[in-house]
Amino acid sequence: MTPHALTAPQFDVSRATTASRAGAFLGVLLLLCLATFPFWADAGWMREFNEMACYLIFAMMWNLLAGYGGMVSIGQQAYLGLGGYALLVMGNFWGVNPFVAVPIAAVLTMLVALPVSQIAFRLQGGYFAIGTWVIAEVFRLSVANVSAVGGGSGTSLTALRGIEKATRQSVTFWLCLAGAVASVALVYWFLRSRQGLALLAIRDSEIASESQGVNVRATKLGVYLVAALGAGLAGALYFLGNLRISPDAAFTVNWTAFSIFIVLIGGIGTIEGPIIGVILFYLLSKFFSDFGTWYLVGLGLLAIVVTIRFPRGLWGWLSQRFDLHFFPVQRRLVLREPDKETSHG
Amino acid sequence: MLGWIDTIVQGVLLGGLYAMFAMGQSLIFGVMRLTNTAHGDFIILAAFGAFSLAAAVGLPAAAAPWLALGLMLPIAFAAGYGLQRAVLNRTLSHDPLPSLVVTFGVAIVIQNLLQEIYSADPRSIESGGLNTASVALGGGLAVGTLPLLIFVLAVAMAIGMQLLFDRTPIGRAFRAVSDDKDAAELMGLDHRHVYALATGIAFLLVAVAGTLHGMKTTVSPADGPALLLYAFEAVIIGGMGSFYGTLAGGIILGVTQAIGFRFDPGWGIWFGHIVFLAMLVFRPSGLFPKTR
Amino acid sequence: MALLATRKLEAFYGDFQALFGIDFEIERSEIVAVIGANGAGKSTFLKTVCGLLKAAREAVHFDGEPIGGLRPGRIVQRGIAMVPEGRRLFSSLSVEENLLMGAYARRSGPWNLATVYDLFPILKEKRATPSTALSGGQQQMVAIGRALMSNPRLLICDEISLGLAPIVVKEIYNALPRVCAGGLTVIVVEQDVGMAQLVSSRLYCMQEGRVTLTGPSGDLTREQISQAYFGV
Repeated sequence: MTPHALTAPQFDVSRATTASRAGAFLGVLLLLCLATFPFWADAGWMREFNEMACYLIFAMMWNLLAGYGGMVSIGQQAYLGLGGYALLVMGNFWGVNPFVAVPIAAVLTMLVALPVSQIAFRLQGGYFAIGTWVIAEVFRLSVANVSAVGGGSGTSLTALRGIEKATRQSVTFWLCLAGAVASVALVYWFLRSRQGLALLAIRDSEIASESQGVNVRATKLGVYLVAALGAGLAGALYFLGNLRISPDAAFTVNWTAFSIFIVLIGGIGTIEGPIIGVILFYLLSKFFSDFGTWYLVGLGLLAIVVTIRFPRGLWGWLSQRFDLHFFPVQRRLVLREPDKETSHG
Repeated sequence: MLGWIDTIVQGVLLGGLYAMFAMGQSLIFGVMRLTNTAHGDFIILAAFGAFSLAAAVGLPAAAAPWLALGLMLPIAFAAGYGLQRAVLNRTLSHDPLPSLVVTFGVAIVIQNLLQEIYSADPRSIESGGLNTASVALGGGLAVGTLPLLIFVLAVAMAIGMQLLFDRTPIGRAFRAVSDDKDAAELMGLDHRHVYALATGIAFLLVAVAGTLHGMKTTVSPADGPALLLYAFEAVIIGGMGSFYGTLAGGIILGVTQAIGFRFDPGWGIWFGHIVFLAMLVFRPSGLFPKTR
Repeated sequence: MALLATRKLEAFYGDFQALFGIDFEIERSEIVAVIGANGAGKSTFLKTVCGLLKAAREAVHFDGEPIGGLRPGRIVQRGIAMVPEGRRLFSSLSVEENLLMGAYARRSGPWNLATVYDLFPILKEKRATPSTALSGGQQQMVAIGRALMSNPRLLICDEISLGLAPIVVKEIYNALPRVCAGGLTVIVVEQDVGMAQLVSSRLYCMQEGRVTLTGPSGDLTREQISQAYFGV
């Protein structure tokens, strides 16, 4: 023991960084600017933003599930589709205002995820991934066989017919914006909570955290449910903007494929990653999607190369290189006074 | 009554095809616990490969697919070995994410390349009438010759793989590496080589499965994921680490789907999935769990 | 010239340095013991020699040639075999299959299934039994037999007495003279200092990743050893 170690260290525990404070300021400005979109922007722009927001919400949730929770699912489209169909049923059949139905659809989706998790959790690792895919297929096939919601060819969201077009567009846009902000905030809040800390511990070592009193199963279930809630929200919002839903569009594995791509390119296990990933994904599709199948071949190859060569993604690389954190989840120790008395013990 | 027997028989034969899809997956699971999400796409790729090779060899349709398969086997082995060595070995760790994402990427690449080359139209490998021939079983029952051949081959595959795994030096190496990779390294095994051999052999099975699948029915570039799910279900139902289990799992899945189809064509596949999920709940380690 | 020599050998687990410049030598046909408390670096040292951990090429010489950082498979082929700590038998392989795995490197020499069964007759009886169904002592015999099957020039035994009853330990060590009859060189790693002194001609004591004492096993006093062992 050196005497050095015996004196109480003078540390502050801090989370905010200069970048995070500057980022927060810029972020609020950007959001305020975005919120005024419906008063001056083109309807086409708003539609594009809505789509981006849905992808962001969905990718954010996949990131929470896989990047933080270690549960790599290929079946999150089950909950996206379910959210969409819940909206449809409430709006078309039960006469619920479709805008009000959006959050309810998300909650209903989460309720369905509770029993489903008991099946999915029977499998681990890669088997969990394919098992969740099977579950999503069960949802797709079930819905495709229900003629009341249009069967395999799907149906339109007629509940929106009575609402004026401009109002519909504006409200849909605001809901998407709010949903995107809420999903980022939700993940941020979750990770900074006790559960989030437990989650990070589980990610490092499931056995060690179990022995430290972390309830691994309950924490994982919590993450799974939150991810389902978010996916349901994304689905309800997407089909609110799209006005039409079909089982193939709602339950396609492409949803998860694209969100995996978004999260990996941006940086898995970070909050900034999916945001950057969505922007990159949109830019890529703007410029290259005309190439059709070759564009998708390129996305596939890019995912392979990034996974092997740059497993931390773009944001992981940037934040490591420049020590940037816009959403500081971790606690940092800051020395109060540089300790000048070095002892030679 | 006869209708039901017929349904069961057709289901068993369909299950033979599913078991064939699953054999390669079962081997890879058993040796390295790698989840290859492109497994179904490799089967479809093999079907299209056989389709093109059969057209290129210029033999009568009754012989062309078999020669095509013969030509494809060494290519398949080399491709499997190379893919494992060059790409998949780098993705293996306790974290399932890298291997899942990489094989998922491979799946997307295969699907879209096939679509670019062959278009989205379904195709079938010309087999000179084998796919329509049938064998009478007596009592008014008849089964297709090709499905019967597929079933027999699937049984032979299961027996062959189980013997390879249990009785041969290479099977011993597979089990040793699967048990304890580091200890196997200390014996002088290179696990990268052993894994690559396993994937090479799995690709041989995939080549056979793809060719026969392409002869039996039509295939299109987007079919892969469905086959992956059937193969996966067969492996899990049967229990990890047993090829006989995989065979049984395939048959159970086939019979279940056939019964479902009989009730309503829309619910056949759904019914198969449900039985798989029920299996997970009530017998999570499968029918033939590894005992030791 | 020494059969195995390490010079300023260092080893790391990620950023954590576990060995700090180990100098070690063993002559042909010598039995050398390595002792030390838990975490002293003994197992790390062995893993580095066997190639399971990275080492600088020139830091390890075997039979005059640098072998540091080679893959374990290459090192086995040159003639170093290890009985790993905790035995590490292949659980889905039978006793005989485990032994056959040891012969994978295909080196020629006196050891084969027949001579190993001769050394440990009980294994012949249990040849078809799954290795996990054996008693601890029998499992240790399989681990030793498996290492011998590669016909090594240097045998490394890591903590073979760990978790075994004293009488079983004695039985296993009684086989050592017959194992070494052909002039085999052996490194024994032990926590049981008395046993280590008894079977070896020289010993090294390690503490916190460094060699703290070395000398002929018979000449070292209890005080010297406990000083080197605990650093007090």
